[in-house]
Amino acid sequence: MSAALQQLVNQPYKHGFVTDIESDVAPKGLSEDTIRMISAKKNEPAWLLEFRLDAYRTWLQMQAPAWPNLHYPKIDFQAISYYAAPKQKVKLKSIDEVDPELLRTFEKLGVPLHERMALAGVAVDVIFDSVSVATTYKHKLAEVGIIFCSMSEAVQDHPALVQKYLGSVVPTGDNYYAALNSAVFTDGSFCFIPKGVKCPMDLSTYFRINTEESGQFERTLIVAEEGASVSYLEGCTAPAFSTHQLHAAVVELVALDNADIKYSTVQNWYAGDENGVGGVYNFVTKRGLAKGVNSRISWTQVETGSAITWKYPSVILRGDNSVGEFYSVAVTNHLQQADTGTKMIHLGKNTRSTIISKGISAGRSSNSYRGLVRVAPTAAGARNHSQCDSMLIGDQSGAHTFPYIDVRNLTARVEHEASTSKIGEDQLFYFAQRGVSAEAAVSMIINGFCKEVFQQLPMEFAVEATQLLGFKLEGSVG
Amino acid sequence: MIHPNSPVLLEVRGLCASVNGIDILKGLDFTVRRGEVHAVMGPNGSGKSTLAKVLAGHSAYKVTAGTAKLDGQDLLALAPEARALAGVFLAFQYPIEIPGVANSQFLRLAYNTLQTQRGQDELDPLEFDDFVREKMKLLEMSPEFLARSVNEGFSGGEKKRNEILQMALLEPRLAILDETDSGLDIDALRIVSSGVNQLHHRDKAIVLITHYQRLLNYIVPDFVHVMDAGRIVKTGGKELALELEERGYEGIGAEHLPEHEARHRAQAVAVAP
Repeated sequence: MSAALQQLVNQPYKHGFVTDIESDVAPKGLSEDTIRMISAKKNEPAWLLEFRLDAYRTWLQMQAPAWPNLHYPKIDFQAISYYAAPKQKVKLKSIDEVDPELLRTFEKLGVPLHERMALAGVAVDVIFDSVSVATTYKHKLAEVGIIFCSMSEAVQDHPALVQKYLGSVVPTGDNYYAALNSAVFTDGSFCFIPKGVKCPMDLSTYFRINTEESGQFERTLIVAEEGASVSYLEGCTAPAFSTHQLHAAVVELVALDNADIKYSTVQNWYAGDENGVGGVYNFVTKRGLAKGVNSRISWTQVETGSAITWKYPSVILRGDNSVGEFYSVAVTNHLQQADTGTKMIHLGKNTRSTIISKGISAGRSSNSYRGLVRVAPTAAGARNHSQCDSMLIGDQSGAHTFPYIDVRNLTARVEHEASTSKIGEDQLFYFAQRGVSAEAAVSMIINGFCKEVFQQLPMEFAVEATQLLGFKLEGSVG
Repeated sequence: MIHPNSPVLLEVRGLCASVNGIDILKGLDFTVRRGEVHAVMGPNGSGKSTLAKVLAGHSAYKVTAGTAKLDGQDLLALAPEARALAGVFLAFQYPIEIPGVANSQFLRLAYNTLQTQRGQDELDPLEFDDFVREKMKLLEMSPEFLARSVNEGFSGGEKKRNEILQMALLEPRLAILDETDSGLDIDALRIVSSGVNQLHHRDKAIVLITHYQRLLNYIVPDFVHVMDAGRIVKTGGKELALELEERGYEGIGAEHLPEHEARHRAQAVAVAP
């Protein structure tokens, strides 16, 4: 690898600062008492405590999955604090009452809670460690019947809706990390778009882990009723600590007849340093249920951070003619490991799914695509198209593709395409001979490679993603 | 065209270079003045393409001795991109494919990088589109090449035209054309040569690396150099290429005579009006 390329990929992480803010942190360790403590702090109804305890008991019986192409030491779940919240003296009535230190943190991260977001017309929910600190535009959205608030508030204010849908897509015992999340989740976003309403603005949640040795277990639930539609954005960062932080989230989406949910993520958790010290362990379960006829669920993700990424945003295509989409760019550098992909489960007739996955590996990292396309006997006329492209930078990184295809209906059509390419010395020399630096060359090549995915992102996010990738790969080429 | 008292553009002295530990260039001397066209010929493996890559700064080639100066500036001390911005252009023998990157994007990035270097305004995509289409006419290229990925799926001839298009955009002081004629049919050869001739200017110089005399019927050189075993062994006027065609490299005698070049230049200047 040339020095220029090396330098290009290896830029420091700019979100690695820690905010000095008074926090309420629970003692480390996990037991039924911890769960009761969390539930009591949040003043939860009895059914939710039962939901948690049930999940915890299930989790105790489970083993961490061994099948991913990931290597890391066993996680000590007793060494983690399961609740951390910035201390707020009184309950906030408006965003103006948020601790100015906290507001400055989000300004620094480029998530201004005031003017810019107002101009951009994006409603934001901000999760700092375990709790939601601010939700903007709540009242304006309420006028058209949209509920957009933190999960904690939803449990208090809309318990029937939460009880109806929570765990309906990802059951408590679905997998090891989902069970853990179900037991200890502390906050997250809740979003409900009633029948016939097209959400007038993008909804956004910004996640930040601030406390060392704390885990973040957020739970997001989005429900779009008949004919409703919403575009939802999620961003995440964390300070640079030398220890690992655990992030085990669950996101559930429900789309009823003719509903449309578009979920976009730019994940930039701290990835650890060039020797693999520190970084977030990201074990996330994201799943959408395209329940109604003609419903559509679309996942777009740009995964650049985390020491370990284990994530398969999926769609269960239950409604006839429903559509599932997965567009992904996963970038790994240094010693990062990613095992990510999707599952498309075709149950309804004439269901269609599209998978476009772009993996970029630099440094000594390992990047795996793992995807399942299942066509049930009931899914006559189902169609899937999958395209998995890998790009290698340097000669010490790895790219792997693990496609699983399970078709049980003869009328289905499933296509899988895959390619592997490499940013070569010769390409960079060609650019250099035309006066173009390695940085600009890599950025142009990568953007070309990721074009089909970036096109799916809302515009502000697409710009952020492009910059993030350039930044991420700075120093990696050569 | 050889002009009396034209300043030296490129001066190479005693240049030695190796690739993978194998010595390829073994003490090469070479002088190019502004306004001149030089042809470098020689058998396979004599080091012609290595000379081009060394001057452009390819990292696989290590300079082990000697100097190369562009307008008196040490060329070898510059990074490849700095050499390009200083006005050294290499038309690649095998132009590189860059899948996913539109040719228009690539060309505009190269052009705007140079504009920035010159302290001039960048062109936005629309301005650039007008500008590049004008240049494409010179090479009889269809505008559809702008939307395609750089060199991907281009025929040999299309790739070579795309190289000369870049030369037209970047207006280099020193253009090195590495076997630009190979793989071209007669029509393409005529178009590419005519493009190169139109780009030539008395402040600039062109070095043609070629196997074939036929290119030199279209782009007439002021000097022809014969390389062998990593050095220039003979220098003459355009008639030397004809002599080579007739008698082969074996037939012309291959002793290294650096004074050939000076003698030829002196003669040419003497006959110049």
